[in-house]
Amino acid sequence: MPKLYSGAEIVFKCLEDQNVSHIFGYPGGAVLPIYDELKNFNSIKHILVRHEQGAGHAAEGYARSTGKPGVLLVTSGPGATNAVTALTDAYMDSVPLVCITGQVPTHLIGTDAFQECDTTGITRPCTKHNWLVKDINDLAEVMHKAFEVATTGRPGPVLVDIPKDIQFQKSKYKNYKKNKKLNGKSHDNYSQKNIDELINLISKAKKPIFYTGGGVINSGSKASELLRELVYATGFPITSTLQGLGCFPADDNQFLGMLGMHGTYEANNAMYSCDLMINVGARFDDRITGKIDEFSPKSKKVHIDIDPSSINKNVKVDLAIVGDIKSVLTSTLKTFKKSKNNFSKSNKHQISNWWEQIQKWRSKRSLDYIGSEETIKPQYAIERLYELTKDKDTYITTEVGQHQMWAAQHYKFNKPNRWMTSGGLGTMGYGLPAAVGVQIAHPKKLVIDIAGEASVLMTMQEMSTAVQYNLPIKIFILNNEYMGMVRQWQELLHDKNYSESYTAALPDFVKMAEAYGCVGIRAKTPEELDDKIIEMLNTDRPVIFDCLVDKQENCFPMIPSGKPHNQMLLGPKDQKEKKITGKGRTLV
Amino acid sequence: MANSKSAYSFAGKKQKPDTHIIVVWVDNEAGVLARVVGLFSGRGYNIESLAVAEVDQKQNISRITIVTTGTPQVVDQIKLQLKKLVPVHKVADFKREDKNVIFKEMALFKFVANNGKLNKAFEACKNFNPVILDRTNKSNVIQITALRREIDTMSKNLKKFGLVSVSRTGAVAMTRGSEIFK
Repeated sequence: MPKLYSGAEIVFKCLEDQNVSHIFGYPGGAVLPIYDELKNFNSIKHILVRHEQGAGHAAEGYARSTGKPGVLLVTSGPGATNAVTALTDAYMDSVPLVCITGQVPTHLIGTDAFQECDTTGITRPCTKHNWLVKDINDLAEVMHKAFEVATTGRPGPVLVDIPKDIQFQKSKYKNYKKNKKLNGKSHDNYSQKNIDELINLISKAKKPIFYTGGGVINSGSKASELLRELVYATGFPITSTLQGLGCFPADDNQFLGMLGMHGTYEANNAMYSCDLMINVGARFDDRITGKIDEFSPKSKKVHIDIDPSSINKNVKVDLAIVGDIKSVLTSTLKTFKKSKNNFSKSNKHQISNWWEQIQKWRSKRSLDYIGSEETIKPQYAIERLYELTKDKDTYITTEVGQHQMWAAQHYKFNKPNRWMTSGGLGTMGYGLPAAVGVQIAHPKKLVIDIAGEASVLMTMQEMSTAVQYNLPIKIFILNNEYMGMVRQWQELLHDKNYSESYTAALPDFVKMAEAYGCVGIRAKTPEELDDKIIEMLNTDRPVIFDCLVDKQENCFPMIPSGKPHNQMLLGPKDQKEKKITGKGRTLV
Repeated sequence: MANSKSAYSFAGKKQKPDTHIIVVWVDNEAGVLARVVGLFSGRGYNIESLAVAEVDQKQNISRITIVTTGTPQVVDQIKLQLKKLVPVHKVADFKREDKNVIFKEMALFKFVANNGKLNKAFEACKNFNPVILDRTNKSNVIQITALRREIDTMSKNLKKFGLVSVSRTGAVAMTRGSEIFK
């Protein structure tokens, strides 16, 4: 007779078979049988967080920095609802997560039992799929299917809800054979004809641009390599969304910087004026397109994406290639090399005017800011942080707001999976727990959360996790005492009525660090900034770095609301004159 | 620069909406209808009518027929989003004007009236395959099958014959001829 395992054991057998090494979680009544089993599975390490949202974001950080699914384990009721923000965040940014929740025993479901909630109902819109396991014999298959759904196609979160009585019941365990296709869903749906058409468009274009996004990173590090190869082989300019940063080296001359609401002048103008746009794994998000009716009016648009529902959702495209980026780029390069050997040289003349135009836009130096010797400019702080860490293999996470945009603009990423930020949902409080997850996955690497003082307070409790597991994460707070992005919008749209965007009674972050048992460092002047950053980098413990920055600084350049790409605001002066000039700005 | 008081852009130009009948084959499992309906409400799509029942007991397949209105772009999105749901097998989409597809709804009418009116009521229904399901000396229940608009008109016109209650289904659809939707 085959051996019988309890539901709790089956959970861990599945995790073992899925090669899961870390889970992030928080115990509670409805998952106690699973927690009880933890001691018998040495290959799986549990990281105890301080709040279930933290478990979710840590699992996201883990997943994004490794490409493997992140796993979290939480209890029923509040445990599950606390994880909802992280699940939604992962859904928006296509991060593979497997969330295991406890549930009240099956006979109590529907009775408003203690810590009961309709977990599968609540999480249905924020997961790719979820399951309530009501029969112990289904558990193993559901668990394995959960991993399959989370990681195939466009990745995303899934949830498995396991009632407490099921965790005790016994059943056989069988490993799971991957299905041929999940209900006939296939992910590579393009033909050689599509590829030929793309190459034809590439060879005709006079003003081409690559517009790349998080899909490249989700497709694995090989996809980034292939992208680089294709971009070099064509000689075309490339811009990236917030999520795509790192898939092409930011210090390369062909890279125009990030595009979109706070993207560079050259990237946005190139998007507006191009005649061929090749979207690789991005989704025409509204922070990217600006006013949709005037979005890149003269271009042929190609969209390469694994998710068919991303095609023509916001912007109609001329050529859609539905498939995994890695596979599409492989086919493209193969055909391209065969038919267009030496293309970047032979085509140089055809796009030389375009590059000249781009250089003109570049010469506006749209990321410049007015420096100061008295106060630390937030952009300057990021620049110095980059200069002092660029030789290390650094992983950056962020919270959400001005600091996030400055980090995206001024920190240069050269490798994929090094940049973890909440883009789609825009979750303040993402960065600190995400840094915990990244450091767990990469214990020897430098992990920095570039934070704002308002965001970081939302999940500050996870410092306790970092201290417990000796995770030397660095929380680099750009402290301007405001919810900076809120204040910036109030300045622009609501006549400087700074309604509730100032945080009075902020904690003393240095003392707070000490209270948590880690190290607090404060920098007040540009003069001492470098020394303090170096002190932070030389500390092999978690650090909270309180960087007191200019309180009034706004994030530029920006596309104001309802405007197309070619009507950017370049800086504070521009804002007053309400037209685009680059004058009156000193270089730093 | 006209300032919009919003961090979002204005709504763009709208295409003209059409009525479509979407047919979805799904695994008949707990919560599957909620997934489909939740997708419609969550993304702001509209449901005019809905009919669902298991059609293959062996393979556990249910067929959901949804009547919806939307611009071509929205209808495309509906189909693509539905196809992404894990329990969805296939999705078909027909325009209401499509001559190759049969659409039918069923309605039950209850009349309370004298004999003369009850007879007239049955007479009035005669173009829509009427069946008398129940009859007493002062009431009857008539079943008809027809198009949505026809049933709309009938429910209005039959008031004068003592119509007191209407119960109706959503539309179901089937292609004409020997072809089946793969």
